[in-house]
Amino acid sequence: MGATAHLDFIAAAYVAAVIIVGALIAWVTLDYRAQQRTLAALEDQGVTRRSASTRADRAIDRAKQAAEEQA
Amino acid sequence: MAFLDFANPTRFLRLANPAIPWLGGVTLLVFAFGIDQSMLAPDDYQQGATVKIMFLHVPSAWLGMLGWGVMTVASLGTLVWRHPLADVTAKAAAPIGAAFTLLCLVTGSLWGRPEWGTYWVWDARLTSELILLLLYLGVIALWRTVDDPSRAARAAAILTLVGAIDLPIIKFSVEWWNTLHQGSSVFRLGGSTIDATILIPLFLMAAAFTLLFVTLLLAAMRNEILRRRVRTLHLMQASAAS
Repeated sequence: MGATAHLDFIAAAYVAAVIIVGALIAWVTLDYRAQQRTLAALEDQGVTRRSASTRADRAIDRAKQAAEEQA
Repeated sequence: MAFLDFANPTRFLRLANPAIPWLGGVTLLVFAFGIDQSMLAPDDYQQGATVKIMFLHVPSAWLGMLGWGVMTVASLGTLVWRHPLADVTAKAAAPIGAAFTLLCLVTGSLWGRPEWGTYWVWDARLTSELILLLLYLGVIALWRTVDDPSRAARAAAILTLVGAIDLPIIKFSVEWWNTLHQGSSVFRLGGSTIDATILIPLFLMAAAFTLLFVTLLLAAMRNEILRRRVRTLHLMQASAAS
């Protein structure tokens, strides 16, 4: 059987693989961008996770305390 | 660091964020090498050039089953240990596993037409593989139907554990029933029946597909963690407004 026999079926299989894997990669990438955009928009509105804001507050307090000690 | 420490979503993100681009790069390199070796592989003495479809069909079949295997372990994590990343893993793995199962069915069909003279036949291997795809779609639908992620996780975990019965059926279908699909030829007692000139490119493609699966799974898990953060922030925003 020659190397080009049933080439249409072989090509169709590889095209299907490119389409399905490509769609999967595009879905994951676009979903990541969408989630990041939404998170950024919420943070811009001042909505932050309690744990994150608490950690940030503690860091600010520590920095203020260090600055006062140095002064 | 204990293994369970990785269950912390923040720690997971800290590890996954730098790992995903590196894994993507390695996946691309292994794919390039695998495709090169696949194209250089000789034709099969019986099937001719259509054997090249095997380099897509077999790895996608393995990964379709691996996806459900990952979901099964994650479901145990959800139901038994309430592992923080377990339902994130199960939810993220479902569309990836479904895509590989679909690819397996499509490529198998395109391989079947020139070899068997038909795109589809209701034999045990093909039917059990189709059932796996339907199970994936059922789990994805279940996740989308239930609003509360923890309730959805428990329902999906039960369906996943029940669906895991299909995995040994797929694997042994060619031995238990008389099927048009060929029997096991790679992992079998007595060694593989495939010549090394074809077997090595097959393993290379399997490695490339597995790396792709891992990369996409980590990326989809990252997305799911972010989605849950967005949901929490929306709930906080709504409760602050009321």
